[in-house]
Amino acid sequence: MPPETAPPNEPDLERQRRLLAARATHWRRTRRLTFVLMALWLATGFCTVFFARELARVTIFGWPLSFYMAAQGASLICLAIIGIYAWRMRRYDRDLARTMGNEAGVNA
Amino acid sequence: MTRQKRYFRRLSGYYAWFCVCFAGFLLALTVLENEGMPRLWIGHLFMFATIVLYATIGVVSRTSNVTEYYVAGRRVPALFNGMATAADWISAASFISLAGGLYLSGFDALAYIMGWTGGYCLVALLIAPYLRKFAQYTIPDYLAARYGGGAGGRGGPVRALAVGATIIVSFIYVVAQIYAVGLIASRFTGVDFSVGIFLGLASILVCSFLGGMRGITWTQVAQYIIILVAFLIPTMWLSAKHADNPLPQVAYGSVLPKLAQREAQLAADPREHEVRARFQKEADAYQERLAALPASWEQGKVEAQRRLDTARLRNLSLADVRNAERALAAYPKTVDEAEALWREQRSRLLARAQPPQPHAAPFAGATEAESNARRNNFLALVFCLMFGTAALPHILMRSYTTPSVHETRVSVFWTLFFILLIYLSIPALAVLAKYDIYTSLVGSDFSSLPTWISYWGNIDKVNPLIQVTDINGDGLVQLAEIAIDGDVLVLATPEIGGLPYVISGLVAAGGLAAALSTADGLLLAISNALSHDIYYKIVDPGASTQKRVTISKLLLLAVAFIAAYAASQKPADILSLVGAAFSLAASALFPPLVLGVFWKRANHAGAIAGMVGGFLVCLYYMIRVHPMLGGRMDAAWFDIAPMSAGIFGVPAGMLAVVVASLLTAPPARGSDALVDYIRAPE
Repeated sequence: MPPETAPPNEPDLERQRRLLAARATHWRRTRRLTFVLMALWLATGFCTVFFARELARVTIFGWPLSFYMAAQGASLICLAIIGIYAWRMRRYDRDLARTMGNEAGVNA
Repeated sequence: MTRQKRYFRRLSGYYAWFCVCFAGFLLALTVLENEGMPRLWIGHLFMFATIVLYATIGVVSRTSNVTEYYVAGRRVPALFNGMATAADWISAASFISLAGGLYLSGFDALAYIMGWTGGYCLVALLIAPYLRKFAQYTIPDYLAARYGGGAGGRGGPVRALAVGATIIVSFIYVVAQIYAVGLIASRFTGVDFSVGIFLGLASILVCSFLGGMRGITWTQVAQYIIILVAFLIPTMWLSAKHADNPLPQVAYGSVLPKLAQREAQLAADPREHEVRARFQKEADAYQERLAALPASWEQGKVEAQRRLDTARLRNLSLADVRNAERALAAYPKTVDEAEALWREQRSRLLARAQPPQPHAAPFAGATEAESNARRNNFLALVFCLMFGTAALPHILMRSYTTPSVHETRVSVFWTLFFILLIYLSIPALAVLAKYDIYTSLVGSDFSSLPTWISYWGNIDKVNPLIQVTDINGDGLVQLAEIAIDGDVLVLATPEIGGLPYVISGLVAAGGLAAALSTADGLLLAISNALSHDIYYKIVDPGASTQKRVTISKLLLLAVAFIAAYAASQKPADILSLVGAAFSLAASALFPPLVLGVFWKRANHAGAIAGMVGGFLVCLYYMIRVHPMLGGRMDAAWFDIAPMSAGIFGVPAGMLAVVVASLLTAPPARGSDALVDYIRAPE
């Protein structure tokens, strides 16, 4: 659980406010990333199936496009989505940790 | 960090050794087969060697520490956790039946590939990292802490509901896995079906009983390696044979047009027409008998009796008398029975009278509406499988076992990566095997049928897995004369491709590994729910850690035996409900899991309403439509199959959470702090 001790003096209050703001920013970025990637996920899955009959007329390397997307493409895009998510989230986490570290450094 | 790295390196070393020994074992068996070792022995050796291997890993990683037992000490590196989850995930159905399903239904079966992989996006983005940050032991743990309520705000009711959903879903699923273990063991070693079940059970038990999550994690990594090798060797072989490229995932694109050409050729072949016309005629005969019920039933019975009497009177050979007796004994006892039986036979004949469907064509249908209904069902099935994946407790439980939140995110990536190594080759195998059968078996002479047909045809005498009969008497095999069961395809692929029997044994060992690894994870999920959530959290919160682990082990034993007993009864009704488990899991667990993280206002009442509402809507639709549960397909909404009931259950559950939460007081401040905590990085 997060510690909820209220610091008595002004600079500490100010610092806590900034930390909370940093965490809120982190959550906002997480949410935006999640939203964008979920939209991409939904679009690939839905379009692959819904327009399968139309896509079947296009052929790439022997596969009808709809067959390729359902058998491999959609799954590979999912793998990419998960990879991008892990990579970006690590950056966000590190950014937040750096901000926190700076705050701690200023006060030390 | 360095300790983690050292640990990772040591583990990699162990598994590298394992791979070397495994390759040596395969080579030794190949040599022995060339020296003339009988097939049955090879089957036995594979079964026993792998079962002993799993049991040994279980014994080596035995533990009675709570954290080790429930979550493998939270120090499984992402890569290995991914492999173990992949083995957990790849069930007997994916390994054995999926390629056969694709062979039989073409594009429509790709819904399983899409659904079972796409669900990991939901796991990775919406659930797994937050569960890891929460860092407890089970899924009900999380729901109870997040929603509170009940006596003392400990979340008793939410926990009990979540445990109920976990047990129902996992039990249906585990019975199917144990059933598959029995099937494979009995087919390859010739032991009785129930003996096969208990052999498999022994290895499951040694492993999860002694080692808990730690034991099954390290076993599952070994099982994954076996599954991968067993699936890829025959597929790569077929791929090299038909596409001159040993990478099946890339190569089968060049086989698809050739297959389509062959399909068109067969659809127009006059001999094929002749065979199909015969099936149509037989089906029409059944139609006439069905129309003339009940008179036709009595007439048929008199006929059968008369045939027996004449056989006896004329002193025909003993075999003829026996046949007549058998025909009379098998004759339907009542008019209703006759109607059901004849209807079934008629629909089977009608199915065989259809020309082959183009493999890659999506949603073939006679009319626009029929085609749209198939598309909608495809979408609904994909939806249910995805959301079900993101709500299966034995998969979610795995996010607790990694060392950090970041490792959990990477671990889901590896999970999907390792699943895709298999899943991208499954459609390839289906296409390659289909092409092989369409070109080399179809059109060949009946006198020179390959031996695998009679071998697999004779294993189950009542419902042959494969049957090739010369319907039109021209001495050549027509496509319409082949009746093949989807389950035989993967198991027979090595023989279809002309590989030595060792590879067949390897494939069987792979199927066994797939079923056992999934059963391991499911049994642990059930017994953890019972021991941790019911016993420790509700019945006796003061229990010592030693006692908790002991209780958990005893419960595991009990659940395993109940599941094995259920499987040994060959319960057709449970097996037909396996697909439904995904819909049930999605409807009951997905809404409270996700809204718990992303919507702070969701409260205790909302969670209960969501779980009960989602589950009941899903169950209601299944009972309304599923023929096995007394429903009728005419009552379906938008022509959606009962298996995909989750497409109504999940939105209903979401809606119930939102409405009930807004109608009641906001959650306590503690829940706000908890949500902030799990959202924040470490």
